[in-house]
Amino acid sequence: MLYREAGDFKTTYRADNQTFPILFDRVGFWITLAVAWLIVPLVINDYWANAILVPFLIYAIAAIGLNILTGYCGQVSLGTGGFMAVGAYAVYKLMTAFPDVSMVIHILLAGGITAIVGALFGLPSLRIKGFYLAVATLAAQFFLVWLFNKVPWFYNYSASGQINAPERFLFGQAITGANAGPTAQYLICLAFVTFCALLARNLTRGTVGRSWMAIRDMDIAAEIIGVNPLRAKLTAFAVSSFFIGIAGALFFAVYLGAVEVGEAFGINKSFLVLFMCIIGGLGSIFGSFAGAAFLVLLPVALKVIGADLLGWPTQIVSHLQLVVVGGLIMFFLIKEPHGLAQLWRLTKEKLRLWPFPY
Amino acid sequence: MKRTFTAAAVAALMTGSASADLVIPDLSYRTGPYAAGGIPFSDGYQDYFALLNARDGGIGGEEIRVVECETGYNTEKGVECYESTKGEGALVYQPLSTGITYQLIPKATADGIPLHTMGYGRTSAADGEVFNWTFNYPANYWDAASVAVNYLLDENGDDLSETSVALVYHDSAYGAEPIRTLEELSAKHGFDLSLFPVTPPGQEQKSTWLQIRRERPDYVVMWGWGVMNQVAIQEAANINFPMENFIGNWWAGAEHDVTPAGAAADGYKALNMNRIQDYPVLGEIQTQVIDAGMGAGDGTNVGKVLYVRGMYAAMLAAEAIANAQEIHGVSDITAAQMRDGMEQLEITEARMEELGMAGVGPSFSVSCENHGGSGEGLVQQWNASDGVFEPLTDFITPDDAVIDPLVEADAAAFAEENGISPGCL
Repeated sequence: MLYREAGDFKTTYRADNQTFPILFDRVGFWITLAVAWLIVPLVINDYWANAILVPFLIYAIAAIGLNILTGYCGQVSLGTGGFMAVGAYAVYKLMTAFPDVSMVIHILLAGGITAIVGALFGLPSLRIKGFYLAVATLAAQFFLVWLFNKVPWFYNYSASGQINAPERFLFGQAITGANAGPTAQYLICLAFVTFCALLARNLTRGTVGRSWMAIRDMDIAAEIIGVNPLRAKLTAFAVSSFFIGIAGALFFAVYLGAVEVGEAFGINKSFLVLFMCIIGGLGSIFGSFAGAAFLVLLPVALKVIGADLLGWPTQIVSHLQLVVVGGLIMFFLIKEPHGLAQLWRLTKEKLRLWPFPY
Repeated sequence: MKRTFTAAAVAALMTGSASADLVIPDLSYRTGPYAAGGIPFSDGYQDYFALLNARDGGIGGEEIRVVECETGYNTEKGVECYESTKGEGALVYQPLSTGITYQLIPKATADGIPLHTMGYGRTSAADGEVFNWTFNYPANYWDAASVAVNYLLDENGDDLSETSVALVYHDSAYGAEPIRTLEELSAKHGFDLSLFPVTPPGQEQKSTWLQIRRERPDYVVMWGWGVMNQVAIQEAANINFPMENFIGNWWAGAEHDVTPAGAAADGYKALNMNRIQDYPVLGEIQTQVIDAGMGAGDGTNVGKVLYVRGMYAAMLAAEAIANAQEIHGVSDITAAQMRDGMEQLEITEARMEELGMAGVGPSFSVSCENHGGSGEGLVQQWNASDGVFEPLTDFITPDDAVIDPLVEADAAAFAEENGISPGCL
């Protein structure tokens, strides 16, 4: 009734090939964008920005990045934390060395630097696959964290090895540093999320994305039909790292403001982003958002309900959180191995037939 | 799900702003790899406020409301805790984590809420003209490093030129703090300094201690926290390193750090900013808080090293509140007034005795220029058969001639990086 193709006629090839061919999807997409861009900035406060929306948006970028590599190109990576650290340290060095250049350029450049590093660590993927590649990217994770801890140049020789984001402005508004308002922080992250999601969506629909998926589905067959594995795998690593680098740069500069590499970008971060992709759904942009929302919102929601509303002791709530999140991850993996995105797909299938299923 | 959550968040925020008590957030960690240290500290911190509520009806007639928020020593959760509690009228934050402190220094400055990082956090915050809202009295990491070296000087007849000192440290912002000071002190006194980083959380230290066995330093100084301490003391015992030459800083000298190694840990030394003994105030907490069923924990931690430190931190906060009430002539103070109370705080021997904790810490006073207090610390030694840390020395004064220029330089660098023009508020 609500969601159907009947009556939604396409008269041009262009209309037939658009991103959201069904009217309901298209309307939903524009409404979501309108709410995110026009309504949320008016009502957002410090708590919603810093505890919920900004981390959600940043993790969504990281999850999209990893989804390109793991979900679309089939290359397992455990180096996400390390690549986020590259983005964070790159933006820190850039913003302290060139204080007058716009932060947007710095963040994009940080993504570019991460893309180069990512492509470099992607080289082993030409020879090794599966678990062995996972181990090679794990090495990247540990090497990068060690490097940023070891070489004082990366943290400008500060006594503690911490990096701190100085205040930077965009259109006269502070977007980094302590005086950044919640609206500015939210909007800068939203701008990058919108840009990254649209870019990822369109890349995966085009030649590049199809060559990634061909490699994922069967690399030998892909090579036989003319897909160059070198180019496909390295572009996947580069594009994925570009997104993850942007996420790392925002994570440091806009969200946390001060970062210690081992704590913020450790192996736990790699697993967290990987779980977001798996729970959200591999090979789906929507899934990246759903997974990020699930893993960012659920702990906060449990804390608010358990500790603030029911008044349980904080340690019980904290332990319960591990149990509940772990339990839900298992539940989803058993009941729906293709993630939240698949649930959404099934819902849409059912909606198409509703209210007269056959 | 989303709607219940929104309702929950709104309800939580509304209940918070409704009351007009003195709000003290406690960013504790009772879970995760550092819980062993976080639990007794938080118990002591909360129990002292509970005692003030039960015995005196709060401070200046105003009830104290402690809001606990679990951080798990994780910076992201720390930010969430800060944001969720600051709207309730929080007077002072005590995050007990160097990582979270670095996050909160700019945020709390922008929001106008004082931050008390007692013996941890950013050392150069002692420079009150740059860090107007951050306090780290009575002592900081660089003081600790200097106190340790002064103790060694005292033990070796003021000559360390033939000695070698190894620093075993938590490879993080926290552990890296003393390195610069120790390097300066090593240049000044001529001792040989070698560095041994331990990857957090520090469960695996075999190779570190094998290296120490090979290099045979005369002394080992440790900057550890959490499970790292227990492992290090066990490993030191395994290589038969003499415990009396092994000195931990004040975050590496609690009962749970030494007990796993049993009798082998006997003689282990650690710095402390508190003298551990039986204070009358502990008895009052036992009868009026723990026995009354109002304790924050199960009551087993009363009197332990970190419990006393948590209680001491709460005492300093309570004294600052009383001070602020006196300065401004109101009982329901704001965070800005709290800052004034902290900045003009003076802790004397007589006052500590009056509070039932004579000699628990050094006597010191805070000023606009100096947010760091006296910097004194003492050395305590573990007595394994009695299961207590016994104070070995009186409070030792650090070498301010070395530390002050370092603090000044680091604070100036921070001020320049962040465009702060130093000055008093």
